[in-house]
Parts: sequence; C-alpha cells; structure tokens
Amino acid sequence: MVLLQRPHILLLLIGTHQFLQCWIAFGSVNEEGQKQEEFSEELLLKPFPDHKLLAHFHFQSSATPSTSNGCHHHLFPKAISQLVQKFRVKEMELSFTQGRWNYESWGGFDPISSSNAKPPGVELWAVFDVPQHHIDASWKNLTHTLSGLFCASINFLESTATYSTPEWSFPPASGNVRYGTLPCEAVCTENLTPWLKLLPCRDKAGIALLLDRPSLYRGFYHSQRLHLTSTESSSEGIDSGIILEQTLTVVLQPNSERAIEVHASEKHIQPSWSLSSIFGKQVSGRCVLAKSSSVYLLLDRGLVAELKFPNKENGKSAANGLTSENFWSNPSFELSANPDRIFLEESSSHSKSLSILYMFQVEKYSESEPFDIGLMWKVPVAWLCQQTPLHASRFFMGNGNERGAIAISLKSTQFTEGFMSANSKDGSCELRVEVFQVVPWYVKVYFHSLRVFVDQQPRAVSDIIEKIHVSPSKDKMSPGVMEVVLKLPCRVNTAALTVEFDKGFLRIDEYPPDANQGFDIPSAIISFPNFHASMVFLEDDSLNKSPLLSKFQEKCPVMSYTEVLLVPLTTPDFSMPYNVITITCTVFALYFGSLLNVLQRRVAEEERFLKAKAAKKTGRLPLLLSKLSAKLRGRRREPLHSPPSSSSFINSKLVLKVILVAGLALGWQYVFS
Amino acid sequence: MEKVKKKIGSFSFWNWVIASIIFRLILIYFPKNLNLSSRPEVSTPLTSFRRLAEGYWLKQSSMSPYAGSMYHGSPLLLSLLGPLTINRIEGQPNHLLYSLVSVIADVVSAMLIRATGQNLRLAYLRSLESLHLVKQIEVSEFLFSGDIAALIYLCNPFTIVACVGLSTSPIENMAVILCLYGACSRLIPLAAFGWVIATHLSLYPAILIIPVIFLLGCGPDSPPRKLFLQRHQQKEVLNQSKLPPRFSWGPIIHFAFWAFLWSVYVLVLCGISLKQFGGLWEMFKSTYGFILTVEDLSPNIGVLWNFFLIVFHVNILFMILPLAIRLRHRPCYLAFVYVAICSMLKSYPSVGDSALYLGLLDMQFSLFLFCGYVGVSLLSPVMHNLWIWRGTGNANFYFATAMVYACLQIVLVVEGVSAMLNHDRKLRNLITGKPQDAKS
Repeated sequence: MVLLQRPHILLLLIGTHQFLQCWIAFGSVNEEGQKQEEFSEELLLKPFPDHKLLAHFHFQSSATPSTSNGCHHHLFPKAISQLVQKFRVKEMELSFTQGRWNYESWGGFDPISSSNAKPPGVELWAVFDVPQHHIDASWKNLTHTLSGLFCASINFLESTATYSTPEWSFPPASGNVRYGTLPCEAVCTENLTPWLKLLPCRDKAGIALLLDRPSLYRGFYHSQRLHLTSTESSSEGIDSGIILEQTLTVVLQPNSERAIEVHASEKHIQPSWSLSSIFGKQVSGRCVLAKSSSVYLLLDRGLVAELKFPNKENGKSAANGLTSENFWSNPSFELSANPDRIFLEESSSHSKSLSILYMFQVEKYSESEPFDIGLMWKVPVAWLCQQTPLHASRFFMGNGNERGAIAISLKSTQFTEGFMSANSKDGSCELRVEVFQVVPWYVKVYFHSLRVFVDQQPRAVSDIIEKIHVSPSKDKMSPGVMEVVLKLPCRVNTAALTVEFDKGFLRIDEYPPDANQGFDIPSAIISFPNFHASMVFLEDDSLNKSPLLSKFQEKCPVMSYTEVLLVPLTTPDFSMPYNVITITCTVFALYFGSLLNVLQRRVAEEERFLKAKAAKKTGRLPLLLSKLSAKLRGRRREPLHSPPSSSSFINSKLVLKVILVAGLALGWQYVFS
Repeated sequence: MEKVKKKIGSFSFWNWVIASIIFRLILIYFPKNLNLSSRPEVSTPLTSFRRLAEGYWLKQSSMSPYAGSMYHGSPLLLSLLGPLTINRIEGQPNHLLYSLVSVIADVVSAMLIRATGQNLRLAYLRSLESLHLVKQIEVSEFLFSGDIAALIYLCNPFTIVACVGLSTSPIENMAVILCLYGACSRLIPLAAFGWVIATHLSLYPAILIIPVIFLLGCGPDSPPRKLFLQRHQQKEVLNQSKLPPRFSWGPIIHFAFWAFLWSVYVLVLCGISLKQFGGLWEMFKSTYGFILTVEDLSPNIGVLWNFFLIVFHVNILFMILPLAIRLRHRPCYLAFVYVAICSMLKSYPSVGDSALYLGLLDMQFSLFLFCGYVGVSLLSPVMHNLWIWRGTGNANFYFATAMVYACLQIVLVVEGVSAMLNHDRKLRNLITGKPQDAKS
C-alpha cells in the first residue's frame, strides 16, 4: 500500500519542486524587470535676462523591450507601451503649447530652446516601423488614440489635408515620418492631467508636486511635451526598449514684490525668487519610485561672463575652484540652499565663457524639512542669451481676400557677427538654412513665384537655393509642403523668401463655426544644420549620468519656429443659402421656360394649317371626341350623351398612364433599395 | 455701284482690324498688365495664365503638372505656351510673347469668322435663289455680314480684355471657330481637327458635333425641305436639280474618321508628354474631372459657384435635342446657340466665352441688352472689390451681378432663337404668298 502510494508522493514532491523553481525564476525575472524599468525626475531652473524664469521639468521613464517582459510594467505607463506595440511607433513627439517662445530674449541656441520651444497649439510627428502603404492607416489610428489619451482634438489630424510627409528637412529624416500641427488648439489643465497620469507618482510626490495649475497657466509660455523612442530588440544588438521623455517647459514671471519696494534707481535689478514664491509649494522629498530626483540651476554663458567670478580670470583654475564656496555666495547673488555639486561646461568653440550648473539632490529633504531654493540678486545684471544664427520671422504681404504673399525673413543676430568674425579667415564661408513650410490647401501657393532677397537685393533662385523639394497642395486632399535649403553667405544681414498665393474658397459646410476668425497657417521650421546646440558638462562619473544632462549632450541641430499666421478667408453669406438656391433655380426656370416656349410656339396661321391637316387625317373617333369635348364644354348639363366607347377610351388612356407612373416608381424603388 | 460699296467696306474693315490690333498692343504695354490677369471675370481656374506658369514650373522641376490642384489645362498647351511664360526679351514685360500669341490667335479667329460669314452669305443667297426670292431680300444688309461679325469679334471689349488679360480663352475660341469654319467650307479634316482640339481644351465644345454634322450633311444654310415641297405644291413646278441636297452620310463618315484620327493623335501626344508623370488618366481626372465636379469655388461670373451642385451640368445637354430639331436647317446658327448656352451654364465661365458667341452673332443688339452688358461689366468689378478687397459687401453683391449676366444671356439666346424662327416663318409666308399673316 505504502509502495503504491509512494510514486504519488514523489510526483507530488517533484511537482512542488518544479513549481517552486518556476516561482523563483519568475521572481528573478521580475526583479530584473524592476531593475531595467527606470524613472527619473529633474527640474531645471534658469533665469532669463528679461526678469523671467524658466522652469523645465524633465521626467524620463524607460521600459525593457516588450519581447522579454511581456506586456507587464511596473513603472512605465501601460497606455504608452500598448500604443507603441500596436502602431509600431519608432519615434514620436507630441507637444501642447500655449504662448510663443521669445527667441530674442530667451535665446535659441541651447538644447532647451531648440528642442523644447514649440509652435503654439498641438504638434505631432511620428516615425513608424511599418510598410509604406500602412503608414497612413497607422497615423490615423495613432491620432485617434492620442486624442482619447490626452483629451485634445488631435483626431483632426487624421484627414490627409492636415498632415504632411516631410522628405528630408525634418530631423528624423526618412520617408516614414508624418507631421501635423493644430495651431489653434487651446491647451489647458485638461491636457495636463492625463499627461501627469503617465508619471508613477503623478503630482502627489516628488518634483511634480510643484505643478500647481494656477501658477503654471499664469506663465508666459508653457509647453508640455511627450517624446517617445522605441528600439526593436530584433533590429539591433543593444536595445533600450521604450524611452518616454516627458517635459514641461514653463516661463514664469517671479513675483517681484521686492522690486516694487526698492526705489527707482534699482529698477533693473533682477527679481529674486524661490520655488515657494513661484509655485506656491515646496518639494517635500522625492518620488520614491524615482531613481534620481534632482533640481538644477543653470546660469547662462552670458550671465556667467557678466558675473565675473573671482576665479574666472585664470581660465583653467576655475574648474579647480568649483567646489569653493565663493561660487554660490558671491557679491552679485545669493543662493538659499547649498548646492550638492557644481558642474562647469566643457569649453566649446563658439563662445568665450562657460555656463555653470548647480545641482541639488532632492533625496536629502523630507516632509519635515522641505526643499526650497531661492535666488536673491544683490546687484543688477544684464546679459543676453545666446541666439540662433539668424532670427526668423514670417508675415503676410498684400491685402484683400483674393491673394497675397508669404514672406519668411531672416535677420542676422549678434551671434552671426561673432561667427562671421571667427570664420572670416577662409573666404568661402556659407551659412546653410533649412526651411520647412506646410500650408493648408486653401492657401494656394504659386511655387513658380518664389523669390529670394539677400540684403534686400533680389537674387536668382538657383544661386541661393541649394536644394528644394515641393509637393503642391491638392484641393481638400493634401497640404502644400515646401522644403528649401538656403545657402547664404556668412556676411548676410537680411535674407527673405517670398511666395505668392491665392486664397481658396471653401464649400459652405467646410467652414468652422467661427469662420470670420480666420484660418491658421502652421509655423515654418527654420533649422541650421551646421550648428548643433549641445552642452557638455564635466562630470566625474559617466556611469551615473543624469538623463537631462545626457540629453543636453546630444547634438541636435539648432531649430526655431516662426509665428503662426492667421489668414482671413472670404466667407459666403451663411444666412441665405436657401435664397441663393431659389434665385438660381428661378433663373434656370426662366431659361428653360422661355426657350421651350419659343421653340414650341406656332403662330395662328400654322396652327390653323395643322388643325386642318389633323382633321383630314384623323379618323372618326378623335373627331367625335373633339366634338364631344366641345359639347361638354358648351353645355355641361347633358352628360347623358356621352357614348360608352369614348369614356372607356379615356379610361384606358388614364389607366395606361397610371400604370406607367407606377412602373416608374417601382423601378426607382428597386434601383435605389 | 455694288463694287464701290464693297471696296469701301473692305477698306474700312482693314482699318478697323489694324486699329484694334494697335489698341491691344498699347494695352499690353501698360505696366502691371492693368491687373487684368487676376480678374475673376477674365481668368478662371481653367484659363488662368498664372496657373499655366505654375504648371510649367512644376513640369520643369520634373513633377507632374497636375501634382497640385493648380493647373487644369491640356498638356499640349503646356508644352506650346509654357516656355513663353519664362522666356523674356530684355527690357520688355515678361508676358509680352504670350500676349503676342493671343493677339495673333484673335486676329486669326476674326479672319476665320469673316471667311465663315462670307461662306454663309453665299449659301444663303444661293438658297434664296433656289426659292426665287432674291428680289425681295436684295436690299437687306446681309452683304457684309462676315466683315461685321469679324469686326464685332475684334473690337468687342470682352475679347480685348480676354486677350490682354493673358487667359488661354483666345486659343480655345480659335479652335471652336476653326471647327465651324472647316465645317462651313467643307474642309473635313480641318473641321475634325478644330473640334478635337476645342473639345480637348475645354470639353464643352463637344456638343458642337451636332451642328457640325448638320453642316456637313446638309450644307451651310439650307431652307427646310418642306418649304420646297410647299412651293412646288403651289406652283406645280418640279425642278429636281434645284432641290437642296438630302442629308448625306458620306461627309459625316469622313468627318468621324478624321475626328478619330485627330483624337488618337492628340492623345498620343498627351501621353508622350505625360509619360513620366502618371499618364493620361491623371490628365483626364484633373482636366475634365475638374470641370465636371466643380472643385474650385472661387467666384466667377457664372451662377454655379454659389450653387455648387453637379446636377446642373446635365442642363447643358437638356436643350440640345429640341434646338437641334428646330434649327436643323441652320447649323451655323445652331452652333452659335450652343456656344452661348455653354458659356452660360459652364462651371468656370469667363468673358472670353461670351466674346466668342458675341463674335459669332451677326444680329443687331437691342439697346436694352447693350445697356445690360455694359452695366454688368462695370458693376461686377465694383461688387467684387466691395466683397473681396474691402470686405464691406458680401457674396450676394457679386452674385447679383452674375445673376443679371446670366439673365442677359438667357434673353439673348431666347431672342436670337425666336428671331431666327420668325425669319424662317417669314420666308415661308413669302413663298406661300400670305404676307398678311407674316406678323403674328
């Protein structure tokens, strides 16, 4: 009996063992996954010359490739990973922006501005990893999904008339890119809340705690961005899975109560600020799920040059003196907290001075001792942010609602002068500028009217334009796309591109509800492929690099967006389509009626002739009939005379007609059912 | 006596022709081209010069000229006239060559109208002769009808504006007139060529095939056979030789053969010029398709832009049959009526079209119609300005003038048709000898 039972026990034991093994294995996988899924939160603060402050929140989460981990995630938002798997998105960027980045006073030649300054409204581009003919379907589904995820009307981008296919001018240059913008989309807290839901701690802990809605939307510019990169495990040996980068860039005006108090002579002093004064909140410790959580304060190159640190003069020794206290408590400003580390930028070719980065670790702080950083200015300072090589602006020319011209003008900035003086030794110095312009179909651009002006002198198009790609707009089908590479001499002061257009007319049901407000033309993208905005900071340990700083090190070309233009289109009279229809029909009726009348009219003599002829030819029955009808007309009180044959004849004719009409009706019904 | 009269007439004719050409050249030299080329009355999406230039530019940069929805004309026109949009003589306005081409086209069409008119007059006289009615109508002023028609065509402000405004309609008009001329003078290949080219350029002249068939089948102007029969009934004289020829199928088969040949030729040429850009199907889609599905809704002087319905394209076809039955013995007049109806119900009409039928018309203008045309041509720019440029008016301002224009054309067509029918009636009455009933 025992022997008989043994195998069962054995089996049971083996089974348990295997099950335990599986359990352990699964646990290890689980731990591994946890190790690979990372989340980090960072905040960068940067004072601007025009008394404003930039707050740049950077949240980054990464997930392992889906093949090794199934579809389960610990930190990474499931919605995003499903989206990537479903539509095979290789790279995607979605941004919601309100306000316009002021390139002149906030700069345009640093990684923050060239990758975070976005056009107003919604901008979406995506690179797909699907065959060419499936891309449009994927894009359509993606826009609908994102529209649901972010409570925005991104689904308007599904129609082919709103998105375009950049050939080469757009940074992730390949044929699989789709690019679309909604310039008039209003961005508000309803878009921010779903965006925050993607964070593991939401806005309940960590740096995201600072995102106080009233203070955010009081700002001059805010842009929330979602950047997504996924690498297929099969395509490359080293895979990083999906990297989701969420940034929120806000430009705020610090409450300068102190500035008002001080008298007029100190008007130019920069306002002092602290996190609690800007956001009305403090950071009470990090988000426990975050790998790293830090706050940075960036002092611009121009500002550093202006501040004149004591160690600045003897170049190299500045790096040695970094840790010395005089860096953060110096005659011109005072920091309210001690920075944990100070980074100095690696020397670059373009500029003389180097920017400084103060780092604060949030981990050290807690609920009882919240983190707050303040900057108190002691002396007034004025400096300039580093600007793009050429400042781009765009405007309309002409008046009236029939036609006009779009002009993109490029003006040299102080940077170009410096660049020019640096490169003046070699004679042939060229400045390449890429222009990417999408126009909706109702702005019908005449590409043959493209003119180029350099220093206000008209120049031959072939001299200046190195490369051009045009895909003309199709009515209600696709927008017009113009991609141009300009090759300008370095000493250029101004350059301008003009293109003429006709304004289209929409069908009455295609106008939006507020048709008289006008239609938006999306921003043009001006990029400078020869220039790369990157900031490399000297770091001790390259292993434990912060995602924000490694982002700064990436070489991205300098890019800037032009203004959104508002084009007024002619509107029909919305109140009276009915009147138009009736009047037109009346005119047609007049035409048909009068022409038929003329064609059919017979003069009296002809009529008599025909009657006589008819009388001769026709037999007895019709004659009788006509006589009868005359009689009937003459005396109606004698219906007894009517012969049965004639009445039956009339009836048969009537019946025939009725049958004909019924047959027609039946046929109609049959055809259309 | 008559010779002297003729001489004086022809002398003044040439004077007028030269004067009108000089006037055109002066207008061409005006700076900025008087902004005529962008007037909606002159250049429609189908005939605009700027669109032609855009199409040529696209073709030059190795893209299909139909890539955008800019150009909707024929590829042949593009290869013939396209280079003229770029080439320029130093110091001259850059549209000079193109304007010269349209002036030449205008003059050629005027000459063709003159020749057609003379042909018609001869045929008319012959047919009157055959009816023994010459004496009664001898004094009428049919003598210089060709000259007068040609002069009306040349000096018509609409023609001048269409010519100076750089639209392609002078060329399209020339093709139509070429077709009619060929049919009148029984040059069958020429008629077929004109018909094929006109249809290729603007589709609507396709319906001219009916008058052309009548022209070829029965001759340019023949009184109805019934009249002869009536006359012979009356006088009891039968002269078989003087009977007008019956409808003959020979020339029509000939015409069909040539039309087929020419259309194959044109299609092959188009196919060659569009070989690398999607071929013929794209051409059909963006030329004929564009005409039939009114895609461009920019206002023009037609009535349809405000009414955007496709249903009304059938309209043109509605009246063809009744008119053909009734005016079958006067094919030229039938052609005129067709052209007028087309220009009225077209989806993208322009004054160039009305210039064509006004040229074909050799009838006295009534003062009412004249005032109407003048009023429309003055009011429509004003209304357009008010609506589009100043923004003070709305679409109905401009639509009203378009409405009036359409009404005028309707009145013109109807009056014309009834005048012709009355004329026939009078002839018949003269034959049957009942002058007292002529007016009724």
